[in-house]
Amino acid sequence: MRDKLNDLASAAAEIATADASRLAELKVSLLGRKAGKLTELLRELPTLSHEERRTLGAQANELKKKIEADIDERERTLATPSGAGADVDGSMPGRQAWRGALHPVTLVVDEICEIFRELGFSRVTGPEAETEEYNFTKLNISLDHPAADAQDTFYVGQGTLLRTHTSPMQARVMETNKPPIRVVVPGQVYRRDAFDPSHSPVFEQLEGLAVDEGLSFVDFKAAIDYFVKRFFTRDTVVRFEPSFFPFVEPGAQVQVQCVMCRGSGCSTCKQSGFLEIMGAGMVHPEVFTRCGLDAERYTGYAFGMGPQRIAMLRYRIPDIRLFFEGDMRFLGQFT
Amino acid sequence: MNLSLNWLSSMLNRSLDAREVGDLLARAGAPVEAEEALHQDLGDVIVALVEKVDKHPNADRLSLCQVNDGSSVVEVVCGAPNVTAGKKYPYARVGTTLPGGLKLESRKIRGVLSNGMLCSAKELGLGVDHDGILELNTDAAPGTRFLDAMPLADHRITIEVTANRPDLLGHKGVARELAAAYGVPLRLPPFPGAPTDVREATRAKGAGAADGVEVRIEDAEGCPRYLAAVIRGVKVGPSPDWLQARLRAIGARPINNVVDATNYILFELNQPLHAFDLARLKGPAIVVRRAKPGERITTLDGVVRVPDGEMTMICDATTPVAVAGVMGGQNSEVSSDTTDILLECAYFEPRRIRRTRKALKTSTEASYRFERGIDLQSAPAALRRAVELLVAVAGGTVTGSVDVYPSPVHEPTVFLRTDRVAHLLGVAVPVGDIERHLVSVGFAVAPKDHRLAVQVPGWRPDVTGEVDLIEEVARLRGYDNFPVEIRAFRPSTVPDDPGERVKDAVRRLLTGRGLHETRSFPLGAQGSPEAVELENPMSAEEAYLRTDLSPGLVRALEHNWAVRERDVRLFELGIVFRKPNAGKRPVETLRLGAVVSGARTPSHWTVSGKALQYDRWDVKALFEEAAALAGAFGRVVEDGDGWKLEDASGRVCGWAGELTADRPAWAASAFGFELDVHVGQRRVVVFAPLPGTPPVERDLALVLKPGVRADQVEAVMRRVGAPLLETCRAFDEYRSEQVGGRSVAWRLVFRAGDRTLRDEEVDAVVKKIVGTLKEELDARLRES
Ligand SMILES: [Zn+2]
Repeated sequence: MRDKLNDLASAAAEIATADASRLAELKVSLLGRKAGKLTELLRELPTLSHEERRTLGAQANELKKKIEADIDERERTLATPSGAGADVDGSMPGRQAWRGALHPVTLVVDEICEIFRELGFSRVTGPEAETEEYNFTKLNISLDHPAADAQDTFYVGQGTLLRTHTSPMQARVMETNKPPIRVVVPGQVYRRDAFDPSHSPVFEQLEGLAVDEGLSFVDFKAAIDYFVKRFFTRDTVVRFEPSFFPFVEPGAQVQVQCVMCRGSGCSTCKQSGFLEIMGAGMVHPEVFTRCGLDAERYTGYAFGMGPQRIAMLRYRIPDIRLFFEGDMRFLGQFT
Repeated sequence: MNLSLNWLSSMLNRSLDAREVGDLLARAGAPVEAEEALHQDLGDVIVALVEKVDKHPNADRLSLCQVNDGSSVVEVVCGAPNVTAGKKYPYARVGTTLPGGLKLESRKIRGVLSNGMLCSAKELGLGVDHDGILELNTDAAPGTRFLDAMPLADHRITIEVTANRPDLLGHKGVARELAAAYGVPLRLPPFPGAPTDVREATRAKGAGAADGVEVRIEDAEGCPRYLAAVIRGVKVGPSPDWLQARLRAIGARPINNVVDATNYILFELNQPLHAFDLARLKGPAIVVRRAKPGERITTLDGVVRVPDGEMTMICDATTPVAVAGVMGGQNSEVSSDTTDILLECAYFEPRRIRRTRKALKTSTEASYRFERGIDLQSAPAALRRAVELLVAVAGGTVTGSVDVYPSPVHEPTVFLRTDRVAHLLGVAVPVGDIERHLVSVGFAVAPKDHRLAVQVPGWRPDVTGEVDLIEEVARLRGYDNFPVEIRAFRPSTVPDDPGERVKDAVRRLLTGRGLHETRSFPLGAQGSPEAVELENPMSAEEAYLRTDLSPGLVRALEHNWAVRERDVRLFELGIVFRKPNAGKRPVETLRLGAVVSGARTPSHWTVSGKALQYDRWDVKALFEEAAALAGAFGRVVEDGDGWKLEDASGRVCGWAGELTADRPAWAASAFGFELDVHVGQRRVVVFAPLPGTPPVERDLALVLKPGVRADQVEAVMRRVGAPLLETCRAFDEYRSEQVGGRSVAWRLVFRAGDRTLRDEEVDAVVKKIVGTLKEELDARLRES
């Protein structure tokens, strides 16, 4: 019995080099249902003693597995044409692996942060659950004033809220670092807004803050202009218009030439040729004071933008809800 | 805020282009939301002269008119009683489409062919009919476009007004900005038919009287100033066309001449007014005081209000007649029988009004303006203009007026250092320019000790400090007129958040393995007793913050199944929240979660049949690799059918295994993991010298007793095999009765760093390993 096994093993060695017709013969002679040598051998097993049956049985089974696998592989090799003159159909598809993609918001946030890194900004994050003090008071926002109405807030108990903007990190950064400060702060923010194609109660915001001695409105404009031209195109027109946010003064709204129509007017830009992409301005002296910095000595600028909105413009995504669905067909487009 | 271009134009005494005005206002800080040319649907209507009017041969009530439309004379049948030969009317030719969609055709009316139509105001969408067709008082020649002949062609411009600029909530404030931009004077045109001799109201301290009506402020905190005028002999009725047209142009609905006049002043001067029916005021008196316990008032909207003691009320001698600054009461409302009016023109404290309207859940045009702060200084001028308008449109005479002003305040002065302007703006703005800019919008400027003393007008309550003036300078100079110039800067002292590095590493790992990054919605139903509840959720389904990422990932999985996507590979990095341990803020933890289901690789023609499906072993490896990058230093241990991650202290900080989901029959099983992302020390990679000696491999097939785990076996191998054992890895598992249960095969790789190992040396180590395994785990070699 043991000898027979050894014979079979050497016969099996031939498989690796057999041509197609020889392989077919070997397959029948070894594994054939009726007269296959290995099949016959396995049939003999029950006649053996208990001890022999255990050891030889295991070996025979293992050999059968190996022979089957070898024949399978050889068949595959023979079936695949190769070498000179072989009819290889090179137009058949290559073998792929899955490719994962980053979320479009991540892509946009990373790109924005990288551009500001060129201007010396580091990247930090902060808590999503905030206190009224950081979300409002330190930013010169009075809940007594109608300006607070723009930020309909979710409360989670004990005066704690879900931050309505990433701006509380302005205060946190100023309180724990000495100027020069240059940071960008991406993160999720919350507002009591109903879902619609362009609004979500939860969305991404990206804050920027620069504080030093002698930073001016010119520095502010230059930084934003640099960013817009790096992110969009070098010839994108940037427009600054006065606006109001309690924590900046002068306050501004930054508009860029519409990416859809290049300024000629379309439905995306409501025929204006421009799209609003951020609120910004010079840090209000009151904010410096409330965050423990000398408002006479230091000046600075701050800005905030919505990466979802920017992603929607860049990738022409029509509905903000797509960002939250986890649809493979959507996410797979950003590889 | 809706603006009428004609209204603005009348104050600047020049024509305006809507598009240009929009640009100027945007540059001034009030961007245009919408712009609409009004009454464009009347473009085909023309002015026509009725030359002759005859009776219709077959109908008594109809006339047969010879109508000159500028090019010819046609016959038109008209049913209006007021049609008169020699007068001009709006005329719609055959083919014209009127507002509402009626297209005119020539048709026979009682046997006579009528060519077009003479139109009434109602037919043109210009309000209600008075006497029939609309008689035109115009010099325009027949054939002139109706829109060109009448002041109807207007543009409605809707601007967005920020909360700091209440002055832009009135046409005058907007016109002031335009006047500054165009360099033209601003002047309010007088109303046709208005009295020219209206006197300024008489000042009083805490109480005064207007024509015998006592006016008293008891709550000077809530109402620092209250002016009232008494007008007797008015006739309540419809407003004149021009007034109605103005109101319609900005989207307001004309009501009657008294209400329309007060609304007009509201939208022109940003001064809310209220007209009381004097006959219905007990006393007669006006007392401004806090609400008393038990008082009620039915406001104009028919709602019964129960004011609290923090609310300022306008009362007569006994009861409240209006909620100050928010809404009047029905008990003193002007009706068609009213003949005598008390006109209120007051300033209410912004925070008080904000609190009141929030408590009453009622916002009105008036409260909106009071809570932003109206012009305290210009109230007398506003009252005078209101009286002029009221008398012009409703008749009557002013019999007295009073200005109760307990503690008059002056316009504040703010100092501006001109060098601070250059410091903050980065550009030296000449002093002359600074002065010119500030004066152009109403500031009074006087130099004082290297500074400018700037007097702030009442309509700019937002300007309280130097920086506000610097903003004005920048704004009026034009933001676009500052250079864009990158100047030297110092690098940030703030270090990068180390968490970003970890997140990047995780993202690279998992996208490399074919998973897409997703972001799920962090609000949902209660995920655990530890979940943080929102006090004011938008809906019960979104009332809690998530405690785990997996519910969101499972939702995404099911979404994909619902759209027939079978192969799903997703991961998410996101914050989860738990109730605070101590302190107020919830505990926030950065989490990583993943889910995979379906084919492990894309199908390929060389592999026939179904591709291999993801199983628990895929997710175990992903879990271990992710944990190595992002987890706390710890270990992955078996946990039921899956695994858990324990940190050094034994705390569980992650899990992996099969997921429960609402799975259609055709979908594959889903597996996932989730772990706390731990931002630890940065891992420092130190190069290991490449081996100069060859490895020696040995395979060991072991039969394991039930309960013995592979990691136990490997622990023995490593311990006993050290230092020569380099790696050991299970590569086969075989279960059969014949081998007596479960057999696992390991490949062991041995190597010595300094020499080539001899077989005997390796055999000795293997023997020792086998002996120890037998001894400690009762594992024996599989016989062969
Ligand atoms: Zn466009």
